[in-house]
Amino acid sequence: MDLKEKLVSSFMAFENNVDLENPIHDIRSEAIKNFETKGFPSKKEEAWKYTSLNSLQKVDFSIFPKEENSLEYNQVKKYFLHEIDTYKIVFIDGIYSSYLSETTHDGVDICLMSSALTKPMYKPVIDVYFNKIASKEESLTTLNTAFSREGAYIYIPKNKAPKKPVEILHFATGNEASLMLQPRNLIIVEENAELQVIERHQSLTKNEVLTNSVTEIFAAKDAIVDYYKVQNDTKDASLIDNTYIAQKDKSVVKVHTFSFGGKLTRNNLNFFQNGEYIDSTLKGVTILGEKQHVDHHTLVHHKQPNCESHQDYKGIYGERSTGVFNGKIIVDKIAQKTNAFQQNNNVLISDQATINTKPQLEIFADDVKCSHGCTIGQLDDDAMFYLQSRGIPRKEATGLLMYAFANNVLESVRLPELKKRINKLIATKLGVRLGFDL
Amino acid sequence: MLKIKDLHARVDGKEILKGVNLEVKPGEVHAIMGPNGSGKSTLASVIAGKEEFEMTKGTILYEGEDLDEVSPEERAHKGIFLSFQYPVEIPGVSVTNFMKTAINESRKARGQEDMPANEMLKLIREKSELLDIDRKFLSRSLNEGFSGGEKKRNEIFQMAMLEPKLAILDETDSGLDIDALRIVANGVNKLKSKKNAVILITHYQRLLEYIIPDFVHVIHDGKIVKSGTKELALELEEKGYDWLKKEPVA
Repeated sequence: MDLKEKLVSSFMAFENNVDLENPIHDIRSEAIKNFETKGFPSKKEEAWKYTSLNSLQKVDFSIFPKEENSLEYNQVKKYFLHEIDTYKIVFIDGIYSSYLSETTHDGVDICLMSSALTKPMYKPVIDVYFNKIASKEESLTTLNTAFSREGAYIYIPKNKAPKKPVEILHFATGNEASLMLQPRNLIIVEENAELQVIERHQSLTKNEVLTNSVTEIFAAKDAIVDYYKVQNDTKDASLIDNTYIAQKDKSVVKVHTFSFGGKLTRNNLNFFQNGEYIDSTLKGVTILGEKQHVDHHTLVHHKQPNCESHQDYKGIYGERSTGVFNGKIIVDKIAQKTNAFQQNNNVLISDQATINTKPQLEIFADDVKCSHGCTIGQLDDDAMFYLQSRGIPRKEATGLLMYAFANNVLESVRLPELKKRINKLIATKLGVRLGFDL
Repeated sequence: MLKIKDLHARVDGKEILKGVNLEVKPGEVHAIMGPNGSGKSTLASVIAGKEEFEMTKGTILYEGEDLDEVSPEERAHKGIFLSFQYPVEIPGVSVTNFMKTAINESRKARGQEDMPANEMLKLIREKSELLDIDRKFLSRSLNEGFSGGEKKRNEIFQMAMLEPKLAILDETDSGLDIDALRIVANGVNKLKSKKNAVILITHYQRLLEYIIPDFVHVIHDGKIVKSGTKELALELEEKGYDWLKKEPVA
């Protein structure tokens, strides 16, 4: 039985575990129908031209995690931003770990999707927001919707800001020979409220893991959201991340994606600007080696006038790694005075590494500023000579230049401890002594 | 210290240097002047070892050693320094961290341990004062958003930190206002000693009012066509370069 058949036939078993009276049931049923019709995307589809899911579909993934595994904090401490205090929503093999988590209901809700989907007190919010911006067409998103049950639920009411950032962590322990996870997150940041989130998926095993995650984020008027995705997983772990963000007037949302590892990573990052004077920022640093593959598909849909979007993705590809950047910008006819910027710069440090980069602009308004640029190159000879002439050997100079190349994406990271961590990860990833402490 | 004999060099298949001869002894200051495109900057880069510049003929001897096959970083370790006309921006790496890296890499190459942090700090303080450089400046990303003057001052700061035996200053005066020029020149003068030598590459005579050269050479079409003392620079200032082009090569 292939993975699609297995998923479709498992849906009934899944339904037995959830409340059929719940209105979510209809949403789930619709979603599985869509997935059943469409199946996994194939390379014949333009959006999946460079990313193949074929080999993953041959793996006999466990779809329902069997039991709760426990981890000691010390075993996984290094995956947390432990230098500072944070709220934590932690899952082990897809199951919530209350032991490792720190949730809150103190003025804000930082808790679990399973509660939000089942408890009556959350129903008014779920009715308004759940599955409202996640695609009802895209097959992997609908697959997640069909099985949506667990994940992070965050609700920040008007004028509030949680005391500390929120970490969403998913650990895979290898309890199953191969495990498929489908976390579902819902995040609502109301008017003039603020939120910072760090999301990470981490396998602790050599067993295969496939995560198909969906996150919906709603930023109301004047809301500020910083979302950081740290992707530094093992070479046996794959991630399909589907993130949908809807913004209202004057909200500012920044998503940073740090892709340093994993077997196959697909980031579908979608922004919808449903108001005026909105600021959307999408930034990424990708550093890959071995046979790793990362595919960034971004969409910014400018639906109202006077908004801005900034995209800056940097990639360093070594060994036989492959990368994809596809940046789509749509500017509706009504969305005059739009400023949309997109930049994708790549360095290939091996003859066998590949990058496919494509801007896709659909502009229907006439008074807009849109710019896009992509470069694929080697390191600058003049810069190399400059460093060498100061006594820095070629290998160290290469590391320093790549570090500098990736570094300016980090300027907009507002958590200093995270910035430091990422800087260190970049330095480690590049495998060179920088000659100074970060 | 430096002996260049019949140096020919190519860039992108085009011959730029067509037989340069030059000898520099410790304690000397040499100025190399010439019109745009005459090969001044190429000469500087070739001495520092830029790999894209291909030496086709001749030799460069530095302290008796043939520099052919010696990498730019090894030349730096041996005490050759080039102040760049267009220093490169390195975002995310502060001036201080860059200097730490450069100094410790040189020490490593000489088999020494890293410089202790307090010693490094002292050195940085001392040299930044010499060039009137603000503390805040040192924590900025190297050359990023620096004004022309700041870049040049930073180059001389690096020179002060690295204490080279042979310093080549490529158009260090260009883009500097008179105050910045004075500070930079003052810095260079303070770093001069009987043991080290300086090669000033410049288009104008202006810098030579502040750093007095022992010798002035005029380069034209890839060759040194005239050599003399500091008076030659004044003559050039007066007459321009055109009269040289008409003179038969000696």
